[in-house]
Amino acid sequence: MPTKIEKDSVTGHETTGHEWDGIRELNTPLPKWWVYVYIATVIWGIGMFVLYPAIPLGSWVTPGILGYSSRADAIAGVKEMAALHTTQMQEIGQKSFAEIEKNHDLMEVALTAGRITFANNCQPCHGPNGEGRVGYPALDTDVWRWGGSIEAIQQTITDGIRSNDPDARNSQMPNFGGDKLLTPDQINQVADYVISLYGKAKPNAATDAGAKLFADNCAPCHGAKGEGSREVGAPPLASHVHLYGDSREVVVAQITHPRMGVMPNWNKRLSPAMIKAVALYVHSLGGGE
Amino acid sequence: MAFRHETLEKNVILLLVLSLLVVTIGGMVEIIPQFFVENTIEHVKGVRPYSPLELAGRNIYIREGCYLCHSQQIRALRDEIERYGHYSLAAESMYDHPFQWGSKRIGPDLARVGGKYSNDWHYAHLRNPQSMVPESLMPRYAFLDETPLSYDRIADDLRTNIAVGVPYTKDDIANAIADVESEANPDADHAALLKRYPKAVVVSKTGPYISEMDALVAYLQMLGTLVDFADTSEEKLDR
Repeated sequence: MPTKIEKDSVTGHETTGHEWDGIRELNTPLPKWWVYVYIATVIWGIGMFVLYPAIPLGSWVTPGILGYSSRADAIAGVKEMAALHTTQMQEIGQKSFAEIEKNHDLMEVALTAGRITFANNCQPCHGPNGEGRVGYPALDTDVWRWGGSIEAIQQTITDGIRSNDPDARNSQMPNFGGDKLLTPDQINQVADYVISLYGKAKPNAATDAGAKLFADNCAPCHGAKGEGSREVGAPPLASHVHLYGDSREVVVAQITHPRMGVMPNWNKRLSPAMIKAVALYVHSLGGGE
Repeated sequence: MAFRHETLEKNVILLLVLSLLVVTIGGMVEIIPQFFVENTIEHVKGVRPYSPLELAGRNIYIREGCYLCHSQQIRALRDEIERYGHYSLAAESMYDHPFQWGSKRIGPDLARVGGKYSNDWHYAHLRNPQSMVPESLMPRYAFLDETPLSYDRIADDLRTNIAVGVPYTKDDIANAIADVESEANPDADHAALLKRYPKAVVVSKTGPYISEMDALVAYLQMLGTLVDFADTSEEKLDR
């Protein structure tokens, strides 16, 4: 029970009237503005309940009179964004590569869209500037396994290589070592010949033996002179650009247990027009044909 | 009678009754929606329980704390949809116990990473992330490649998931170990595996044994690939 409410001489506030061991408590209620803001937020909250989806009622949620949905909102945003460049992306989708290349403005849009999409999706394997990595082809050289024309690049991006797509580019190098098609000695001889194709070994007795084996086993895909074949994506061997390296050990390892890269198909993730833009960008990196 | 706070403070029974009332309301608001949780799961085709190898990979994902840096939830925001793909659905994590939505993105979201890179990329990247992405902060997980996967009790994992509502069949359990071995062997016949677990990705086993990395790659390669979005209209998802 408040017994003695009195004015505190120091602060000018009234006390609550309680006293504990001579200590008295000042009565300082919440500031009025704070109380009003509090009441306002409660009213605001009720407004939100009315306007937005709020109360779960079993199989149903009060939808709110604005009919807001974050999913619809996000999809609308995506569509709005697409609409901003719809004319240009549509043009890129419809026109042939030759027509796009002639149109300076359109080409600029395609290269910009292609560059950004490349950075988002292709860079982790092919490197920020398309310089490639061990096992992932460089795109800025003129050495191509499946073709370096814009159309060939477009097809590679669309369907991928050894991907799950039914139209994927597919080929398989025989497992010469694992399936015992060649003996380790023969593999060494072939390797000696292969590295002589790009000047890492001088022709000698070993490479001569390798040349014979190469003609019988490798030439059908890699070509009589190691020039490669784009029909089956067989890399050119008489070249200074090598997917897995140019040392003799790498060549021996590749013949013994071939490694074959996989490129995902992008037709499920990117629109056909965007794939064309990326193809134009990749083609522009310096190695395009 | 004007209501005064003092009345409450001085009447223990009244205080108790009213407190109970407040707690009851709070409890109802939190608990009752759980009874109707089924209603929040979209009806989409394609979502299936994890294959045994994927499940083993998921366990490693959880063990290594991948969720501390990677989320698995593409939010319904324009920029996320443009970067990662279609926003995540509740249906896509309905067989996740526990879910891996995460709340931190030190690394990128992984909800749709499946199929974005090749198997070989994942192996190389897990062994040494900086070899593929020089600016990456991710630690190296090469030891997963050197650790044989322990899967002799994988059928028990499936049974545990059944206990919390994942519809594995007797057939799935009987073939659990065979399915692990099939999915980790590129040369095996995968017809039975793919019939039970469509779209399962066969990994390129690199060592003499099935490693933990094989399982993790199988898991990563299926993330976000199950729902056929061509078959699902926006109107149906927008609720």
